[in-house]
Amino acid sequence: MDLDPAFLSRLQFAWVIGWHILLPAITVGLAAYIAMLEGLNFFTGKDIYLRISTFWIKIFSIAFGMGVVTGVVMPFQFGTNWSRFSDATANVLSPLFAYEGLTAFFLEAAFLGVLLFGRQLVPRWAHFVAALMVALGTLLSSFWILSANSWMQTPAGYEIIDGRFFPTDWFKVVFNPSFPYRLAHTVVAFFVTTGFVVMGVGAYLMRRGRSVEEGRTMLSMTLWLLTVLVPLQMFIGDQHGLNTRDHQPAKLAAIEARWETARQVPLTLFAIPDDKAERNLFAIDLPWLGSLVLTHELDGEVKGLKDFPADQRPPVAIPFFAFRAMVGCGIVMLGLVLVGGWLRWRGRLDASPAFLAITQIAAPIGFVAVIAGWITTEVGRQPWTVYGLLRTADSVTPSLTGFDVMLSLIGYAAVYLIIYPAGLFLMLRIVRKGPAIAAEIDVEIEGGRPGAPVRAGAVELREGEVR
Amino acid sequence: MSQVLDFVPIWTLILGMAVFFYVLLDGFDLGVGMLYGFAPDTASRNTIMNSIAPIWDGNETWLVLGGLGLLAAFPLAFAIIIPAVYFPVLVMLLALVFRGVAFEFRFRDAEHKTFWDHGFCYGSAVATFAQGVVLGAFIQGFEVTGRQFSGGSFDFLTPFSLLTGFALLFGYSLLGAGWLILKTEGEVQAAARRHGRMCLVGVLVGIGVVSIWTPFMSQAIAARWFAWPNILYLAPVPVATAAVAFFTWRVLGSASETKPFVGAIGLFVLSYVGIAISLFPMIVPYHFTLWESASSERTQAFLLVGTLVLLPVILMYTGWSYWVFRGKVRADVGYH
Repeated sequence: MDLDPAFLSRLQFAWVIGWHILLPAITVGLAAYIAMLEGLNFFTGKDIYLRISTFWIKIFSIAFGMGVVTGVVMPFQFGTNWSRFSDATANVLSPLFAYEGLTAFFLEAAFLGVLLFGRQLVPRWAHFVAALMVALGTLLSSFWILSANSWMQTPAGYEIIDGRFFPTDWFKVVFNPSFPYRLAHTVVAFFVTTGFVVMGVGAYLMRRGRSVEEGRTMLSMTLWLLTVLVPLQMFIGDQHGLNTRDHQPAKLAAIEARWETARQVPLTLFAIPDDKAERNLFAIDLPWLGSLVLTHELDGEVKGLKDFPADQRPPVAIPFFAFRAMVGCGIVMLGLVLVGGWLRWRGRLDASPAFLAITQIAAPIGFVAVIAGWITTEVGRQPWTVYGLLRTADSVTPSLTGFDVMLSLIGYAAVYLIIYPAGLFLMLRIVRKGPAIAAEIDVEIEGGRPGAPVRAGAVELREGEVR
Repeated sequence: MSQVLDFVPIWTLILGMAVFFYVLLDGFDLGVGMLYGFAPDTASRNTIMNSIAPIWDGNETWLVLGGLGLLAAFPLAFAIIIPAVYFPVLVMLLALVFRGVAFEFRFRDAEHKTFWDHGFCYGSAVATFAQGVVLGAFIQGFEVTGRQFSGGSFDFLTPFSLLTGFALLFGYSLLGAGWLILKTEGEVQAAARRHGRMCLVGVLVGIGVVSIWTPFMSQAIAARWFAWPNILYLAPVPVATAAVAFFTWRVLGSASETKPFVGAIGLFVLSYVGIAISLFPMIVPYHFTLWESASSERTQAFLLVGTLVLLPVILMYTGWSYWVFRGKVRADVGYH
């Protein structure tokens, strides 16, 4: 068998980033949620928020730890497998990566220790600030890494000298054309993903009949948030689509499986795209809708793949199906939020076992949507690493053999297939145990540095219990 | 391009500092991980792990900064060196994954505690060994054509790189022992003192052999150290190393709780300086200098502005988080 180092390197990158992105998808949202709960507890003094926060901090600590170690892997991929990409783009992209480290990673790391272990060692306000800083760190990290990713999709503010990219305008590099849309779309996706997880866990706790009050608070808070975010996300997604049409027309054509440039194009709900024959098999089309969705005009023109040379087109089937999976998830999410809102309006939010059961099952739906969206945008960028300028095939490390990359891919596969199931298992176990009931939480935060004074937080908590 | 301001020396200092911080911080962290394997019972294992639980994540962040700093300031070096050490880097990353998750998993997964205990200890050792191999391969130099590494993916594997791998096992363990003496009491501390002395012997053998071997490998390095008058200026380095080694041996046996750690750090500073003297101004040894590998001035300037503001802030709040967890650890603090 002929092992292609470029193809295997792509598989390896997809593997390590695909698993890694699941963790920010939950930690970005959870960090903000925990900061909010800590804030609510700090300002209202109600200890239910503390119980919910303590519960989620446990899950967060596992997800975050896994996120750190799988994240350390990422920058090294640029060197090990994509050294020509690194050599060509470093002058432009490397400061963005470095700023991610400087602004985000250290902030998260330093304050995470205090958030996890320092409740008794620092004043309450400092613990709240630690939670805020961790949340801020996750957002800054998203900012920089998505800026870099967006630059690869829609490069700007550069010049090319001898095949290498050099910066000319940093503002244009950082705020390149697709960045605002991608940042908004991704961060909202992370919040929505977390929202459905929190809501699903809340529904589970309510159905089980233990920690019902905590479960209801989780479900209710999150449902409000999702009522705003899910429709907002659909609007942002639409705007992001228009941006893609303007800057990456071949990607959009692949997503919609459009071969011919035309006006009044239909919306293809389902088809089997055939790259070789340049047509769709078994297509189910809705007339006119394609133009309406993609251009917001019934008569709008949509570019087809045949406008682009065959060696400058992405594969069609993968972005086509991945995009439909993502939008499908979005529609299910919207349905759930609408039903939830209606039930709340009728005052029957906790009286509908069916809604709670479906909410529980839907807990991981955001992850599916995130992965599907990521596949859409990254496969849609092919065959380029820097869109239209640097080919994926010219980015790979020249010294690597197919055998080398196969070995490393097996290594990553084996290790990730051990730690991810183990991590999931442990997180589910925490969920099953549920939030600590009031009497336990005292023990939960017990144990500080010997001789440390008992801080106000712990004292107030005890008062809270008496109440 | 006009050379009004030369950023290369500044970036050399910043990157050199970042890498050294990594070596020091994750060094004691990984060393503690290795010594963990020699702890006799669960209580002392808990103490040992809790001594680094709140800070390991920050320590490992310096690795990311070192990697990204190299990419940002000296991209050509990044693009050549990292592919050349493809497998050691792979092994290091996988080992770091294992030991990193072990912190959380070990204490929540009682059924597989032994598995994660092993993951933590062997993960730390394997990651350390791989880093030592990277160091050895780096000192030996790589085959380069144009702007790319052109050797094979197993070129790194030489007796010299294996030697540096083993030497670093002792080195990090010595740092780890210093940390444990600082942070623990009683039996755990006493064991750390014993282990510290064993590691010190290993470290000194390692430093000695590497110091003799390296000049034989490269004429340039031999000339740098032994030509007149360099030998006069540079003689203090080996002399100081011997003095610090003697000091470390003494304080490991004394009642002092801070000096062994200080001694271990001193040995690392001197070894680091020694390597820098040998290789300067090469960043891709024997092919490209720091200046030849540097990124564009605009790149270095753009990143420098933020770094000069952020780095002191980072040091401040990282220092604060260390301060929060100051003092001796107990088995029941941290993870419960």
